[in-house]
Amino acid sequence: MASPLQKKLKLTGPTVVTANRLLDGVSVWLTEAGTWSDDIAAAAVVTTPEAVQALLDIAHADESAVGAYMARVALDAVGRPAPATLRERIRVAGPTFAFLRAS
Amino acid sequence: MYAYDEFDRAFLAQRIAEFRGQVGRRISGALGEEEFKPLRLMNGVYLQLHAYMLRVCIPYGTLSSTQLRRLARVARRYDKGYGHFTTRQNIQFHWIKLAELPDAMAELAEVGIHGIQTSGNCIRNTTTDPFAGATPEELEDPRIYAEIIRQWSTLHPEFTYLPRKFKIAITASKHDRAAIRVHDVGLRLHTRDGVTGFEVVVGGGLGRTPYIGHTIRDFLPKEDLLSYLEAILRTYNLGGRRDNIYKARIKIQVHELGVPAFTELVEAEWAQIRDGALKLNATAIDDVRGRFIIPDFEPLEDQPAELVAALADPAFARWHENAVEPHKAPGHAIVTLSLKPVGGTPGDATADQMDAIADLADAYAYGEIRVAHEQNLILPHVRQKDLPALWARAQEIGVATTNIGLVTDIISCPGMDYCSLANTRSIPVAQRISERFADDARIRDIGKLHLNISGCINACGHHHVGHIGILGVEKRDEEFYQVTIGGKGNAKARLGEIIGPAIPESEIVNVVERLVETYLDLRTSPQETFIAVVQRLGIEPFKERAYAPR
Repeated sequence: MASPLQKKLKLTGPTVVTANRLLDGVSVWLTEAGTWSDDIAAAAVVTTPEAVQALLDIAHADESAVGAYMARVALDAVGRPAPATLRERIRVAGPTFAFLRAS
Repeated sequence: MYAYDEFDRAFLAQRIAEFRGQVGRRISGALGEEEFKPLRLMNGVYLQLHAYMLRVCIPYGTLSSTQLRRLARVARRYDKGYGHFTTRQNIQFHWIKLAELPDAMAELAEVGIHGIQTSGNCIRNTTTDPFAGATPEELEDPRIYAEIIRQWSTLHPEFTYLPRKFKIAITASKHDRAAIRVHDVGLRLHTRDGVTGFEVVVGGGLGRTPYIGHTIRDFLPKEDLLSYLEAILRTYNLGGRRDNIYKARIKIQVHELGVPAFTELVEAEWAQIRDGALKLNATAIDDVRGRFIIPDFEPLEDQPAELVAALADPAFARWHENAVEPHKAPGHAIVTLSLKPVGGTPGDATADQMDAIADLADAYAYGEIRVAHEQNLILPHVRQKDLPALWARAQEIGVATTNIGLVTDIISCPGMDYCSLANTRSIPVAQRISERFADDARIRDIGKLHLNISGCINACGHHHVGHIGILGVEKRDEEFYQVTIGGKGNAKARLGEIIGPAIPESEIVNVVERLVETYLDLRTSPQETFIAVVQRLGIEPFKERAYAPR
């Protein structure tokens, strides 16, 4: 049974669960198989608080990724998820400017 | 340079071995993230948006060429080939892998550098004037006292779990290049009746609740430095708030108690301990002073023929006027290398640039480099006769932009491109402003103008004390920027005033340009600086023009 102190999850649309991979910090997304992928397109997309909570429970039990949280996504024409906010776009694609200048 | 002894080397080796074990246990699952997080933070390891970040401490901003080359090697071998110099005279590597961290740290430890005191609620790396030991203005080299504080504060058992982080800065010059009045404690060396001691400033800071610090003691004898700091820290450790992270810094305690009451508590505590084991005698100070390797400056004359001849070249003369400062030793100069190329990332240096700057330091500057809190690098001891050759090479490696102290010498935090706390991006805004003001003659005409950008209210980009300050705020997933003007971080520090509603990301560069144009229209002469005009006229004329429809 959920704790009465547990906050109710509020969803504003299709949602995924994301975290950072323990070994290198790379952004990862939880798949339907309950594994982590570094491709957001492979993420499990859910639309109910119960489904998100189920994904978060899986994520929090898995020590191979750190700091799991839910993130809103946008769906393309065939239903594949893409980041819905700038922050999440940066987590997917990296910095928004050219940063590598070393030879 | 400070020469570490066997104790320091053994301590660092032990620390790396300990961290290697912690990382191993984390990867094996023996340690959970909740247990591991405070351990990694105590070694300067953060988890950012899309990678781990290692923040490396550069005590009082002083680096040897050997250390800079090692930073380059770590950037190349363990990161993506570059590093980011910060407003606390440190360097950050933004792409380190957890499993490789112990090896990277071991390489750094071989040259006496580490990530301790760059994170956590402890006394952080003490910062100081990047011109220390070189400028003719200073009374004494403030790094001696920064090092004494380092030795006292590193792993101080009583102050390892403070209510919040604690930052100390020291200056020994009339020009405050260490921004001491916006630190938890600021120390200013000065002389009274022929004796040198400290003015002690407490409770400054930026972040979501910015304050300029208050002087709680005009004059503190040098021998009492540590006991007085201990009294301040005890007062804070006991009375600072732990119930609310946003109210946990000492500035809030000072504000809530009031300066007289806070001072009274400190003085009462100090009376108990001032003559105890922390009393610094002259021998102890001299011992630390003696471990600083001061270059044996060649006996040279000012304005050598090589320099005079080179000054006939207008481009060299412009750089000389902008980036070269007087040195206490005749025939020498202090040179600032700009890490703010047009369109570049403020404070970033590639591994190749770091290696090349280390070579420059060896060839022309007694092998020493400093990090400035403005996110530039400094060669503190350059022979004047070598300035033309140094300039030629600095141009080749992209660190000779003539914008020191000008509008494109922008202080910027990493912002949301890296930072998990940020609400908005900072670096792309800085890049676009520097591109808008790319014209060298134009920025020289504008003159001295400090522009600082923070990607969130935590204010790592020191926006409150920028002549123009830009703070990123997010509204419904859109980036907006709040603008302040009139701030400054020097000896007469003051906080900037907000000019009006936050501005959309698409307009922020135009607004900055309108503020600058307003200044140019209102100044009485080219000698009247931007900040002087704001102080003379207030923010209203700037506000009107910034928001005027076009």
